[in-house]
Amino acid sequence: MKHANILIDEPGHKEFLLGNEAIVRGALEAGVDFASTYPGTPSSEIGNVLFYISKKAGMYFEFSTNEKVAMEVSAAAAISGLRAMVFFKHVGLNVAADAFMSTAYIGTHGGLVVITADDPSMHSSQNEQDNRYYAQISGMPMLEPANAQEMKDFMKYAMELSEKIGTPVLFRTTTRVNHVRGIVEYGPLGEKRGKGKFIKNPNKYVPIPANSRRMHLELLERIEKAREEANHSPLNRIELHGGEIGIITSGAAYNYVADFVEKYGLKANILKLGMTHPFPDELVAEFISSVNKVIVVEELEPYLEKNTRTLAQMRRIAVPIYGKLDGYFPRAYEYNPDLIRETFSKILGEKFETEVYSPDEIELPPRPPVLCPGCPHRATYYAAMMALKQLKIKDAIITNDIGCYTLGIQKPYEMADYLLCMGSSIGTAVGFSKATEQKVIGFVGDSTFFHGAIPGLIDAYHNNANLVYVILDNRTTAMTGHQPHPGLPMNGMGEKAPYVDIEKLVRGIGIDFVRTVDPYDVNATIKVFKEAIKHEGIAVIIAKRECALLWDARRRKQGEWWVYEINQDRCTQCGLCSDWLACAAIFKRVDEDGKERVYINDALCDGCGVCATICPFNAIEKKVIR
Amino acid sequence: MKTGIVFAGVGGQGVLTASSILGVASLKAGLNVVMSEVHGMAQRGGVVVTEMNIGDAHSPLVGRGEADIIVGFEPVEAYRVLSKAHPGTHVVVNVEPIVPISASLGNAQYPEVQMLLDRMNNLKVYPLEATQIARDLGNVITANIVMLGALSAIPGFPVPADSIKAAIMDKFPKSVHEINLKAFDKGAEQVRKLA
Repeated sequence: MKHANILIDEPGHKEFLLGNEAIVRGALEAGVDFASTYPGTPSSEIGNVLFYISKKAGMYFEFSTNEKVAMEVSAAAAISGLRAMVFFKHVGLNVAADAFMSTAYIGTHGGLVVITADDPSMHSSQNEQDNRYYAQISGMPMLEPANAQEMKDFMKYAMELSEKIGTPVLFRTTTRVNHVRGIVEYGPLGEKRGKGKFIKNPNKYVPIPANSRRMHLELLERIEKAREEANHSPLNRIELHGGEIGIITSGAAYNYVADFVEKYGLKANILKLGMTHPFPDELVAEFISSVNKVIVVEELEPYLEKNTRTLAQMRRIAVPIYGKLDGYFPRAYEYNPDLIRETFSKILGEKFETEVYSPDEIELPPRPPVLCPGCPHRATYYAAMMALKQLKIKDAIITNDIGCYTLGIQKPYEMADYLLCMGSSIGTAVGFSKATEQKVIGFVGDSTFFHGAIPGLIDAYHNNANLVYVILDNRTTAMTGHQPHPGLPMNGMGEKAPYVDIEKLVRGIGIDFVRTVDPYDVNATIKVFKEAIKHEGIAVIIAKRECALLWDARRRKQGEWWVYEINQDRCTQCGLCSDWLACAAIFKRVDEDGKERVYINDALCDGCGVCATICPFNAIEKKVIR
Repeated sequence: MKTGIVFAGVGGQGVLTASSILGVASLKAGLNVVMSEVHGMAQRGGVVVTEMNIGDAHSPLVGRGEADIIVGFEPVEAYRVLSKAHPGTHVVVNVEPIVPISASLGNAQYPEVQMLLDRMNNLKVYPLEATQIARDLGNVITANIVMLGALSAIPGFPVPADSIKAAIMDKFPKSVHEINLKAFDKGAEQVRKLA
């Protein structure tokens, strides 16, 4: 989709949209005035679209420094009467949780929608926590869309619900909804409010204990009001297939259930829940009373199931309920059509056959994610590895952080020993430096540094820690799709913006040993690493080089392209480039003469030339393509 | 009726681009379509799989036995998703390998491509030199469009070639329309020869 297509003002128009793009369209149809985020997969494309269209759409958008800031920024906009949305990945809500909980107490004037993008199966996350419990702990209403069209439609509903009840709404998505493409039919674009007006009322907006005690009771009243809404919401619907089996489901799981019921002509009614908090007790009670068997299908935690079982007990409804608590459905990883078919077979004692091809077992080489060819982090890790080897240090503790560079965990670099969360590289490095006698090296990306590592670095300085801290400054938030961050002269609306100079910031704390290096200059980088490792106290290295993908895109646009190739006459097959730099474009092949040789794949090589720099035999040569 | 398609390849080969072009083409042809992709860590060099159902489907995922077509941008990656196939599934496969680091570092062995193809019995296999065709056309990154062309020529393919070509032109700037359309036609030609 071209970004501008999201703004087409033509009700009935259809686009093939990513779930995240559909969210933006829904927000525009709801007349959203304001948005903030910190990028995180699987939510990132929402921000990428807003980056391109927010100015044109006449709304404010920012990539905030972290999720907590993003939550605060949007909360203030909404309390001033604007419609605002804030979005992040599931663990981002952990970062924002403090502010998030208070917004539930204080409530809102303008619509405030908090989007959490959960990641069952952990495609790109450190855990698969089920953020539906955040609705329960905060008392916010929650919606769970199941496809791209619902992403759009539910956004508009969420904004209206938020204003009607005066509460922020939790919009819970998962990878298989965020990253699903489907056909979305547009509605009319909404009216914008422009600027808000904040009307002072400290008793309502400042949660000092005297106020909070009252606020909690008001929150409980809002929950009951929202429950009424959930019981009658069009987002909760029953699909009748004339059966005695009742299936309760929500989110991505619904899609697999719907296809399964259709494919096998199962006589089962489906209660498809779109508004799942507060739990629609009347609706569910009526549904489970109308069938003689209930199957609850939901990914991750038994949220709907526990609520259904509690309800059945309270209302004395003696219908058998099947789900996770009795061991039928798993509590880990995302669901899929096979799992639904197999589990229904077990529950119903019926075979649901499908003809499957069984390929011969062949051992295939694994292909895990790797640092891209040309990635400057590879050069930095190579330099760190070589410096440690040359200094004969074997037990250095490497703390790492969240970004593409976490892939430094792989062989041959093995540059990740401990990792908790965004920004943890520095706090944990301080801990290791105090708790052990080992050398400690921490790695953090530029965006992650701004997000959550600065307080840790202040802690390191103030507490006299002894460590090396490496800031991998690739001039972008790379892993989530190249969003700007506070270190760049551009903001979330694509405008020129003041930027924070990382080296000045680090020196401003009071740290003296600060060196900025270009990782492509491998030999100089190895030298700086050795110096830093020998330094007593804090040594900060800023490895600064733009993400290779941005560099590639620019050169492709300019029509310039070159790759590197191995001159087999000079190559001694020493393996330094293939085994130690281990670039994804370099591979070994057994030729027809039976000899194994190193080659560079021209379809993957991006021409960074780091392999040529380290080659001791000058056997790697540049080849200009155009 | 639905057609389940699985695209498999290596990050950097344009798997996502090709599959979303097909999605747009399906919309242009008036067909329902749902597709699933995964973004995140490591954009190049890792496995990339997208799944798509064209026609009557809610699920964006293709279950085991539900892939009517497999589009393998790389031989090992094509083989890896064969468990989604059913007997008779069409398998379009680019025969040029991309050797993963695991094989370069000696932790695993890259199998013989011919052996992989030979083991794909009870399937309709269309092997083609997509990368080489693209290289000969002057830009190796158009291999994904060669694959799309190949896919379009499978007997009974539900999305008309014209819709796919229109979606290709929507996607890319004018300057590269010619090379991409050529790539598309070359791919289609290869499969027609084999079909």
